[in-house]
Amino acid sequence: MELCPTIKNILLLDSEGKRIAVKYYSDDWPTNAAKEAFEKAVFTKTQKTNARTEAEITMFDNYIVVYKFVQDLHFFVTGGENENEIILATVLQGFFDAVGLLLRGTEDKKEALENLDLILLCLDEIVDGSIILETDANVIAGKVDSHSMDAGAPLSEQTITQALATAREHLTRSLLK
Amino acid sequence: MAQPLVKKDDDRDDEVDYSPFLGIEKGAVLQEARVFNDPQLDPRRCSQVITKLLYLLNQGETFTKVEATEVFFAVTKLFQSRDMGLRRMVYVIIKELSPSADEVIIVTSSLMKDMTSKTDMYRANAIRVLCRITDGTLLTQIERYLKQAIVDKNPVVASAALVSGIHLLQTNPEIVKRWSNEVQEAVQSRAALVQFHALALLHQIRQNDRLAVNKLVSSLTRGSVRSPLAQCLLIRYTSQVIRESTNDTQTGDRPFYDFLEGCLRHKAEMVIFEAARAITELNGVTSRELTPAITVLQLFLSSSKPVLRFAAVRTLNKVAMSHPMAVTNCNIDMESLISDQNRSIATLAITTLLKTGNESSVDRLMKQITNFMSDIADEFKIVVVDAIRSLCLKFPLKHRSLMNFLSNILREEGGFEYKKAIVDSIVILIRDIPEAKESGLLHLCEFIEDCEFTYLSTQILHFLGIEGPKTSDPSKYIRYIYNRVHLENATVRAGAVSTLAKFGAMVDGLKPRIFVLLRRCLFDNDDEVRDRATLYLNTLGGDGAVVETDEGVKEFLFGSLDVPLVNLNSLKNYDPSEKAFDINSVPKDVKTQPLAEKKATSKKPTGLGAPPHGPPSTVDAYEKLLSSIPEFASFGKLFKSSAPVELTEAETEYAVNVVKHIFDGHVVFQYNCTNTIPEQLLENVTVIVDASEAEEFAEVASKPLRQLPYDSPGQTFVAFEKPEGVSAVGKFSNMLRFIVKEVDPSTGEAEDDGVEDEYQLEDLELVAADYMLKVGVSNFRNAWESMGVDFERVDEYGLGPRDSLAEAVNAVINLLGMQPCEGTEVVPPNSRSHTCLLSGVYLGNVKVLVRLQFGLDGPKDVAMKLAVRSEDETVSDTIHEIVASG
Repeated sequence: MELCPTIKNILLLDSEGKRIAVKYYSDDWPTNAAKEAFEKAVFTKTQKTNARTEAEITMFDNYIVVYKFVQDLHFFVTGGENENEIILATVLQGFFDAVGLLLRGTEDKKEALENLDLILLCLDEIVDGSIILETDANVIAGKVDSHSMDAGAPLSEQTITQALATAREHLTRSLLK
Repeated sequence: MAQPLVKKDDDRDDEVDYSPFLGIEKGAVLQEARVFNDPQLDPRRCSQVITKLLYLLNQGETFTKVEATEVFFAVTKLFQSRDMGLRRMVYVIIKELSPSADEVIIVTSSLMKDMTSKTDMYRANAIRVLCRITDGTLLTQIERYLKQAIVDKNPVVASAALVSGIHLLQTNPEIVKRWSNEVQEAVQSRAALVQFHALALLHQIRQNDRLAVNKLVSSLTRGSVRSPLAQCLLIRYTSQVIRESTNDTQTGDRPFYDFLEGCLRHKAEMVIFEAARAITELNGVTSRELTPAITVLQLFLSSSKPVLRFAAVRTLNKVAMSHPMAVTNCNIDMESLISDQNRSIATLAITTLLKTGNESSVDRLMKQITNFMSDIADEFKIVVVDAIRSLCLKFPLKHRSLMNFLSNILREEGGFEYKKAIVDSIVILIRDIPEAKESGLLHLCEFIEDCEFTYLSTQILHFLGIEGPKTSDPSKYIRYIYNRVHLENATVRAGAVSTLAKFGAMVDGLKPRIFVLLRRCLFDNDDEVRDRATLYLNTLGGDGAVVETDEGVKEFLFGSLDVPLVNLNSLKNYDPSEKAFDINSVPKDVKTQPLAEKKATSKKPTGLGAPPHGPPSTVDAYEKLLSSIPEFASFGKLFKSSAPVELTEAETEYAVNVVKHIFDGHVVFQYNCTNTIPEQLLENVTVIVDASEAEEFAEVASKPLRQLPYDSPGQTFVAFEKPEGVSAVGKFSNMLRFIVKEVDPSTGEAEDDGVEDEYQLEDLELVAADYMLKVGVSNFRNAWESMGVDFERVDEYGLGPRDSLAEAVNAVINLLGMQPCEGTEVVPPNSRSHTCLLSGVYLGNVKVLVRLQFGLDGPKDVAMKLAVRSEDETVSDTIHEIVASG
């Protein structure tokens, strides 16, 4: 029996089952085709369920999959059949809430793709090679969103045009909301 | 008015489809990656490009080695920038690209700098990246920093080092084991996750030392572990210790049970559940130990969170198998779960209830399940059917309602697996519960009236044939069976005919009527159905006389076929012959007859797996094989079969080796071919042999191989005529010719059109040694003396310069292909002379003995005296010719 809680994969799919960001930590799916087949199976199995208020759970092919949906985003965390379901659910919740924080409330596919860098960093901060790294959404989001210059960075690296670009972006975002 | 509306719709569609990565292309992104080389870096732009690269990788796109290397080198330039966000992306993409060892060197110094940086985020991530891509040699250089990082006051850094340690333990255990002191310190950390990671690593370091694990567990179970995850780990380690310590169980109290029980009151749900599960899985758990765990699981059953309900019901389901009584307390909560939105939970609840239910609750339960069955998926239904079957076996008195339930769901819609599960269950119940037989058989009869699955129909018909005649009123089944003959496809019709015959054989009273029915089947439009009807009419004595069915016929009808079907596949290549087919000639054992199996060329390799080349076959097996081929039957007795000679390099598309079969006046080459390309099916495989360099041979026959599927060896043969009794030698060049058809790997079906193709094989030589059988003699001197000097031929040869005496001896032995006697093939080191004794049987069954005397003549030159005695003058001369020409 695997003693350390093990995460097999984390998936973020859209409402058609297409990948937004996925991360596999296990060799159970050696090829991209195997991965896509798994994603399709998971998606078709779960798509009709209502996993919007509480995380849902299912079991198939000797895997336990916990999942939660918001808008057109479908979050999944997979573990082995002997895994503690509640641990898997904790990881899922951490991922789900962290993405929510990072997307600042507008959780949909468009926003997720536009901030794909944040989502990828988020995955990187949750699990490291199948071992749970962090489950607290605030900590995860905090680690991802430290988009500042490091203390010793010379001012010259941040040009005026850049500063203006950043400001403009913030402005358009707030207008779009 | 209409136009703007349409336009609005278009806009909406655009918005739905909009993606920043729309139309993204690998080539273009790789071009864009050039911005990494700009002297004035734009961190935002670079971040975006890395995101695009990661997006491509994430979507399953692969980079070639060259592309990956280029991107990697470009990315390493980005360490110049001090933008944190960009640096994070750099870390991620380095991990994704997983650079090779020589590339790693480029980033090592940058990462090591980051590892000692003041910024925590840099330190943590640099450690994770470096440990991911590094090898053992570099590890010793950075070990010092890693040890420091483990006890770093920043939890993120400590966790990064600890998790990296867990990964590195797999590859470099000796190094990681040296960190035990630091790891132990980290276990005491205030940060929850550091504690979790440290505990995981510490346990893995010590896992092979039972005493150390014991100590670790007993010290930690007393102290306070803060992190819920670490607590879960500790519970797992504790139950492992409990499993391994069997000595204390006699005294009554289980060590550490109190700790597990205490964890049931933990505030984190994951810990409570982990502890409850651990208790239920204890070896020989008592109901007193079980009760508190069941109580908390029962609370979970009514939780609002599906995950908790699922976890609890799944665990209780397992407990119900061994301790059904302990779970009965939860039955009320469990029953409310039957209507759970989550069907996995509902199914688990039902099967648990079925396991724990008592006789009085069965009827109520079945009512609830009936409503539930219609809206769950087939796979869940199968689970329920299995549970109902075991329930019925447990309460045979309830068979009526359970059997009714099964027959009701059998009539509803469902896929093959589901229907099969139901039919199997009914069959088992009929076998095990005698009272259920009559009603069960009738349910099955009704089912085949309207069954879309041929397999199930034939199975049921077969079963009816065995069980039906033994019932009180066999005649009532006849109608159902005979209806099949009218309404079904040929397979089912044939099955129905066999079943009718079984009724006829067993029930004398029904015989005349069965004969009438069977005679009608004689006009069926399928030959198998007609053949069966004819056969059964004859075996049962269908001339109208009602006679007692004799045992032989019953054995024929009811006995099982004791020959593996695989072996019967060879019948597909069966050539018509005068002799009647005898089932006894078909090998009964699959494994010891690889040749018979290999002949099964028309099927894909079976589960038994055809051996790729076949074990070295004995002459017997070859003889059997060759004599089964009519073209070669007239060649007489097989004299010798050589060991297989490879005609292809290892790991080529087609692997071919050849066995030379020597007959008195013929030679047969057996080409063993293996097709190693899964996407191909070869047909009409022949070997075109050019014998222009073997003048005495004339090709007389060739037996092509009809099909050569992937990885299932097959043989093709070419036969030559040669002068009788003459050891003709020669060189043959070989060309494999075949028709190649593409095979769809997913379906295994070949395309209809094939292309003719050829494949050059290596040349094959027939040498004198091929005519010599290695036959030893026990006493060479006696044999030599008794052979007499009549046909002795003695001569001397100079073998020229040789590497050693031993090498010369071996060369001559191989040339003659004879059996060395009395260990004389071994040349003592540094000897200047050697005598070697050989024996053998030459073509025409002529015994031959050879005495070879070797001597070193000068520094390297070897001289040899060859004395041959045999039963035939010409053979003695032939041996000398062989040596002279060799």
